[in-house]
Amino acid sequence: MSARALDLKVSVAKLAGAAARASGRGGGTSLPGRLLMRMDPHAIAGLSGRLSGGSAVISATNGKTTTAAMAAAILTGAGRRVVHNTSGANMVGGIASALLDASRRGRVAGDLGLFEVDEFWLGDVLAELSPRVLVLANLFRDQLDRYGELDSIADRWADLVSAAPATTQLVLNADDPLVADLGRDRPDVTYFGVEDPGMGRDGLAHAADSTHCRRCGSPYRYESIYLGHLGRYTCPGCGATRPRPHVAATKIRLEGTRGVAFTLSAGGVSVPVRMGLPGLYNVYNALAATALTLRLGVSLEVAAAGLAGTRAAFGRGEQIDVDGVALTLLLVKNPAGANEVLATLALEGADIDLLGILNDQIADGRDVSWIWDADWEVLAPHVRVATCAGRRAAELALRLKYAGVDSERLTVIEDLDAALTHALEGARTHASETPRLFAVPTYTAMLALRERLSQRGHVNRFWAE
Amino acid sequence: MPEPSPTPAPAPALRVCALYPDLMNIYADRGNLLMLERRCQWRGIGFSLQGTGLGSPLSGQEADLYYIGGGQDRDQRLCAEDLRRVKAAGLTEAVARGAVLLGVCGGYQLLGHSYALGEDVLAGVGLLDVRTVRSDGPRLIGNVAIEVSLEDGPPQVLAGFENHGGRTHLGPDAQPLGRVLSGYGNNGVDRFEGARAGRVIGTYLHGPLLPKNAWFADWLIRTALNLGAPLAPLDDRLEEAAHAAARRAAGR
Repeated sequence: MSARALDLKVSVAKLAGAAARASGRGGGTSLPGRLLMRMDPHAIAGLSGRLSGGSAVISATNGKTTTAAMAAAILTGAGRRVVHNTSGANMVGGIASALLDASRRGRVAGDLGLFEVDEFWLGDVLAELSPRVLVLANLFRDQLDRYGELDSIADRWADLVSAAPATTQLVLNADDPLVADLGRDRPDVTYFGVEDPGMGRDGLAHAADSTHCRRCGSPYRYESIYLGHLGRYTCPGCGATRPRPHVAATKIRLEGTRGVAFTLSAGGVSVPVRMGLPGLYNVYNALAATALTLRLGVSLEVAAAGLAGTRAAFGRGEQIDVDGVALTLLLVKNPAGANEVLATLALEGADIDLLGILNDQIADGRDVSWIWDADWEVLAPHVRVATCAGRRAAELALRLKYAGVDSERLTVIEDLDAALTHALEGARTHASETPRLFAVPTYTAMLALRERLSQRGHVNRFWAE
Repeated sequence: MPEPSPTPAPAPALRVCALYPDLMNIYADRGNLLMLERRCQWRGIGFSLQGTGLGSPLSGQEADLYYIGGGQDRDQRLCAEDLRRVKAAGLTEAVARGAVLLGVCGGYQLLGHSYALGEDVLAGVGLLDVRTVRSDGPRLIGNVAIEVSLEDGPPQVLAGFENHGGRTHLGPDAQPLGRVLSGYGNNGVDRFEGARAGRVIGTYLHGPLLPKNAWFADWLIRTALNLGAPLAPLDDRLEEAAHAAARRAAGR
């Protein structure tokens, strides 16, 4: 394939994307990329080869989008021109689209590719680009109807890791036993992890995964559990143990949905960080982003400054003013992610107005079982009222009822627009000083909610960094 | 010395035993247990839940209702072995004295005679006359609704979600739990779903099953406690709406 032939296809796909946007059909985020891939299945390899600084890839069940946003902020602060898929469009079409958007007259406007990749599509992407850095951040139970069992994803990742060239540097989460194990036979792995016993929790969450050793099947022994099945562990059977993290967070202070402060350490250097993104899960995202950028030659100080300046990614803790109501969007899509969101929300104290939106489309997972694995019990005592919307609104309301929220406090309104109006009015009427509303949508619900908000003039229609 | 006052009739209490709750829980099986617990509590029926893991035998006396959920292949193998060697005697004893036994998804497969995964055959406990074979074909995934007749009266509907690679076939002594209205059921061919032998019930319906079918949770409670009369009604508006939404998702 000649460069000129590729450029022609790039032009065609760009035109198609522009036409889709002009006609107002959806964000059109991955459409031009998918079209390009149909014309040239190796377009990602062709276009990413034009990036002088190579690429970095991030995959995980949870936190991909935010980790990529953090890494992009750090790298941009370090003067790199980054090409990345900003809107969570993380399958091959989305990556091709990002490269396409950055293509101008046979060049790519950027020197470094930064791609978050769906855990299921990682193999297809790695086959096209050999990244300089590959971050594998966590594996949690996710949409089983789409992704299958966790063990099979872990097996697939293990194959990808063993097939990865030596030029690909691995960054792994030391605290996730399933992920840390992937680095066992590779030299030169960077591990990141939490080093703060104060963050330890009482026990494994109900939906804890990979509690048994991947090598020998014995149950892990945990000294501390930080989040889901992430923590400090050893295997009493074969002696596998948590690797010592090279990039670590200590002295963590959680500040509800407002943010988190911690000390970031690597290579004997420590710097304080305060982020506007909340929760321990974002500390993990920050560690992954830091480890990635350190491997690309950024200093710890620059990484810390980039983290402090990172804004919430699309629907992941975004705050929007809606006619005087402070609306926070907290995407939920699987039990582990939802548990962190719910635990963070519970730190906001009493009197929480909740707008829960449960859809069951393919991108949400058609199987809504997972809401029964998430710990709504943690949030239940703090709920003033909850409005439940979406295609499976009633089941979400039922989940809240069985978690301990009185039926009187629950309203089911499937229609999103009507539910939004109802929830905003409720928050305003009840308001102390600043009325607040916390929206907890699934993926397609989050897109639909942003669409409604944009129709009402509150957010940009399309995500743009 | 005063005469002792006559002992009042003991308030009913449901004792539930969950088998391998830390391994066989993949499809939010916790939701099923939570339904049983709350619906007992709201009616003043006592409730206790115990879990039993690998290596612990059953006496057969510990519970009125035994529950086993679904797990990943690796965990299901571990449990199959343990179920047959360590727990089969107690479980058989429990069933013989009238306890209810509910197996969902992987748990259902283990209640049958066998589950063949290629060359590998996991032996089950044989409390249901069914055999399961892992198919090379696609997993059977989607919303599902079935029609069941647990007792006299009009048939009722169970709605849920199924996701299984195994195809289950009923033997001559097995009765299906229900007839498929929409979805795949046991094998995607004969339109049967689940199996039932008296108080032993197996099904592929998760989602989880009981939150989408509160009436069935109540049937299990009533049957396990041998209560003749129906249970006291509850405010089930949300339960009924969730059931309706699950049926709608399955197109029924």
